[in-house]
Amino acid sequence: MHDVSSDPAVHHHTAPTGFLRKWVFSLDHKVIGKQYYALALVSVFIGIVLSWLMRLHLAWPAWPIPLLDKLSAVGAPAGVMTPEYYLSLLTMHGTIMVFFVLTNAPFAAFGNYFLPIQIGAEDMAFPRFNMMSFWTTFVAWLFMMAAFFVADGPPISGWTAYAPLSAVGGDAGPGLAMGQNLWAISIAVFCIASLLGALNFISTTLDLRTKGMSLARMPFSSWAWFVTSVIALLAFAVLLPACILLILDRTAGTSFFIPAGLVLSDKLQPHSGGSPLLWQHLFWFFGHPEVYIAILPSIGIVATILPAFARKPLLGPRAVIGSMIAIGFLSYMVWGHHMFVSGMNPFSADLFSIPTLIITIPATILTLLLIGTVYGAKMRFTSAALFCLGFISVFISGGISGFFLAQPSLDTVLHATYFVVAHFHFVMAVASIFGVFAGTYFWFPKMTGRMMNEAMGKWHFWLTFLGVYMIFMPMHYLGLAGNVRRYSAFVDDYAISLIPVHKFITIAALLTGAAQLIFLFNLIWSRFRGPVAAENPWEATSLEWSTSSPPPFDNFGGRHMVVYNGPNEYGVDGPQDYIMQTSPEKARSR
Amino acid sequence: MGKLFSAAVIIITVVSVAIFIMHVWWLPVDISTTGPAVDHQLDETMVGTGILFLASQILLALFVWGSSNTSSSRKIKIFPGGATPLVTFAVILVGLEILTLTFVGSKAWGAIYIAPPDPNSLKIDVQAEQFAFYFRYAGPDGQFGGVHPDKIDDGSGNYFGLDPANDVAARDDIVVGSLTVPVNKPILLMLHSKDVGHSFFVRELRVQQDFVPGLDIPVHFTATKMGKYEIVCTQLCGLGHYNMKAYLDVVSQDDFDEWLKAQAGQ
Amino acid sequence: MATTTLPPSAHIVVDDRGSGSPPKAIRPGHVTASGAHAEKSETGVWIAVAAISMFFAAFTSSMIVRQGVTPDWIHFQLPRVMYVNTLVLLVSSYTLELARRRFVATSGSAGATTEAAKSLVSKGMYWMYVTGALGLLFVLGQLLAWRNLSAQGLYLATNPSSSFFYVFTATHGIHLLGGVCGVLYVLARLRRTNGVARHSGFGAFSIYWHFMDILWVYLLLLLVFRF
Repeated sequence: MHDVSSDPAVHHHTAPTGFLRKWVFSLDHKVIGKQYYALALVSVFIGIVLSWLMRLHLAWPAWPIPLLDKLSAVGAPAGVMTPEYYLSLLTMHGTIMVFFVLTNAPFAAFGNYFLPIQIGAEDMAFPRFNMMSFWTTFVAWLFMMAAFFVADGPPISGWTAYAPLSAVGGDAGPGLAMGQNLWAISIAVFCIASLLGALNFISTTLDLRTKGMSLARMPFSSWAWFVTSVIALLAFAVLLPACILLILDRTAGTSFFIPAGLVLSDKLQPHSGGSPLLWQHLFWFFGHPEVYIAILPSIGIVATILPAFARKPLLGPRAVIGSMIAIGFLSYMVWGHHMFVSGMNPFSADLFSIPTLIITIPATILTLLLIGTVYGAKMRFTSAALFCLGFISVFISGGISGFFLAQPSLDTVLHATYFVVAHFHFVMAVASIFGVFAGTYFWFPKMTGRMMNEAMGKWHFWLTFLGVYMIFMPMHYLGLAGNVRRYSAFVDDYAISLIPVHKFITIAALLTGAAQLIFLFNLIWSRFRGPVAAENPWEATSLEWSTSSPPPFDNFGGRHMVVYNGPNEYGVDGPQDYIMQTSPEKARSR
Repeated sequence: MGKLFSAAVIIITVVSVAIFIMHVWWLPVDISTTGPAVDHQLDETMVGTGILFLASQILLALFVWGSSNTSSSRKIKIFPGGATPLVTFAVILVGLEILTLTFVGSKAWGAIYIAPPDPNSLKIDVQAEQFAFYFRYAGPDGQFGGVHPDKIDDGSGNYFGLDPANDVAARDDIVVGSLTVPVNKPILLMLHSKDVGHSFFVRELRVQQDFVPGLDIPVHFTATKMGKYEIVCTQLCGLGHYNMKAYLDVVSQDDFDEWLKAQAGQ
Repeated sequence: MATTTLPPSAHIVVDDRGSGSPPKAIRPGHVTASGAHAEKSETGVWIAVAAISMFFAAFTSSMIVRQGVTPDWIHFQLPRVMYVNTLVLLVSSYTLELARRRFVATSGSAGATTEAAKSLVSKGMYWMYVTGALGLLFVLGQLLAWRNLSAQGLYLATNPSSSFFYVFTATHGIHLLGGVCGVLYVLARLRRTNGVARHSGFGAFSIYWHFMDILWVYLLLLLVFRF
């Protein structure tokens, strides 16, 4: 295989032959991007099914769920879930969604496919590392799936895996033996895959921009992928040591996280001197940047797509980029806000609360600039556009609840309640996924050469938009009333009156989840039967629209692209209301 | 389609906010000396963020409505002043809100978690374990016996691992499954965990504190209203987490003294 | 038969970027006057250095926290062999530098065309082999240190200090073995590119190797002062 990096000037890419080289072990970033997307798609459906099972159990705990005893006879005898099985579904739901969906889809999938094209490169900087990243992610996924099938059950300690519950092993209860081991190994392997991927993204952005593509002229989605990859590089480099220490505590008898004198299952545990808070610090030092890894790419995607349908430039492009960078930077200073009542020094609560509140400033700037972009627009209400507008609404909703949780004095009553569940679902499960939907509807023509069905897309949007509000808005009220999270049943006196709300949420969740089948059907149908797409069906400006749909193997058919404009030239005067980045024409007036 | 979107956003926003304002589901009445400050902070935040929420969603809806007129003669309009007014607004308004919330909020936080406990507090030792809370009073001698994890025996009710045979102070310690305290008296709880992480939460007290294995963590409060309240575990601790709770009984000083005497007699 | 001076007939391609001033030391892999992109592999390796630094920073802060939590930290003497290992690694950085100087002769794209150039390249490759061998020697020496420690009854789970000792040395050792694989990789590329170090990932590799060296010195100091 000819090695690209050794050529000083002319890069030569020879198209691969053979099924394995072309579709399985491909070095082509476009194929790898689609592989990540496929993995994320499978994972999100698993995650949704898990959430359905959880919601059914919460609303109707005694009702036997058909076929569940086939999945786990121990976990759900006769179809009725045990409390530990509920917790393991909860753990797997969170883990799969955060890692295999929200880190994969907006970042690894779309980033891999479009970053090189948007900056005018033939491929990523290190195509072989890129392939290794995907297959390593897949191995991590296999380890995670294996946890479903071990005798003792999947882990039950939540996606946050707090020690010592996650560290002492089987004495702490079911699900904490082999299932937890597989979880820890899977996450450690995922870290390695993500580090490789982040390295590739950063190198590519720094080194492979084509002539005229200065950093300032990069599309906002490329900026978002770049900032996200810097965050990811430093964050996953901390999660990996944490997982290594956890695995050692579990298997080698060390005591990094386990203090002395613990009695579990009537046995005095042979550990001593470890610190459960150390796990929390390491985990959240990764965990908080991780949530920005989940949202920033979607912000960048929406910032790229919205102007194309609004037919006017994004308002405040430099402020948007600056805000993304500020969020990336600040994301490393706020992790303690997950630990206000954890037992760490209460003075540090004030220390962490301040940057947490400050981070709302760039987030507000981004939101207001997106809203300001809609002002005076001549909106083309395609499915992609609707998801962009929906993104703004749900991002506001999710962000507002953040103001509450950022304050320690309010965290005393909101921590570990459904208020927190509402907050992170709005920003991650909803807003971030809306960015993925917008990106899919927008880029599907480019990736497959066919258009998605707009009627189905609009049904998908409306059912989803209304559905997510009906699922997650009520959770704020539950939280204020003191409904505790991660409970498999509601037996507290005050919680019993809240069960009708849970029933409402469950029904909404079932319907909204089912609505996603429209999206799935649309994807598959359009892939084979959709109308053929032109090179630039949306009249958009960035480099991917200057090549065929789908792009040729080396992205530009041997052309060395030259860039003359930024990505924001919409709403210009002239025969066309936009100027492509590759066009030598300069904007005259608006 | 745009007008439909605007209408949907407005309806969702108004209905959501209304439910918040009407306190359809809300916190219970507070019964603690530090509670009002927390409630005040909550109300301030509700108002501040409520305005932000309403304004931004309505603005979005209005702009989308306006943008849905796509007649070809209309030209696009740039937001007046460009990005500058919005960025300035975000920095100043949000900055001010942050300063206010932090300044006022840190007092509410400090009163609960940083201020030292009253020297005359009634001290109670609390142990959390899979899946129950146990409470220990010092008994007539006013001294707590030492705890020994290797002596823990749930079967015989020795939850704390006391050693009355060798430890004089432990002989009269009172161990119960619910927390009884006199009203208007400062209480100092010492939290420790037998096994994994747990958390102590009483909604009415507006207090929440994790139990961290290996650490002894103090929590103090003064209850101002008599009644029976629930203590729930809020830190995932295993399969029985949902069922891990105890009751907090706030009684009159006289009733408490009688109760304590009765317990000591046993 | 390695020499430290270049024979007078050696054909050296000097890149003075047209300034006419005396040539500065040439790093294989820097941007040449032909305007080629910065060597991608070097950008990549700097990014890897950042990530690996963060990885060890996480272990360092874990260690500091753990030391402060309970007074059960057993201080022990580091096995003497570790100081020898450190010397071995430092020498390997020096031999890597010796290799680099040999490759200066063939920084043009055509590679080693003259006999003198070919001889220099093979000397360079010799020093690369020595570097890799010293790396392996280092790892063997670390294993000896482990043997020494376990003879004293200090195993992975014995005490937090021994736990961290093994974690630090094992993870550094694994990264170093990765570097040894890198030696073999660069040597294979050198053979294919006819000795053009710039096209063989030599620059990126040397950054990584020197970083492993510096990282080890940091870890040694950490172990010496805090253990």
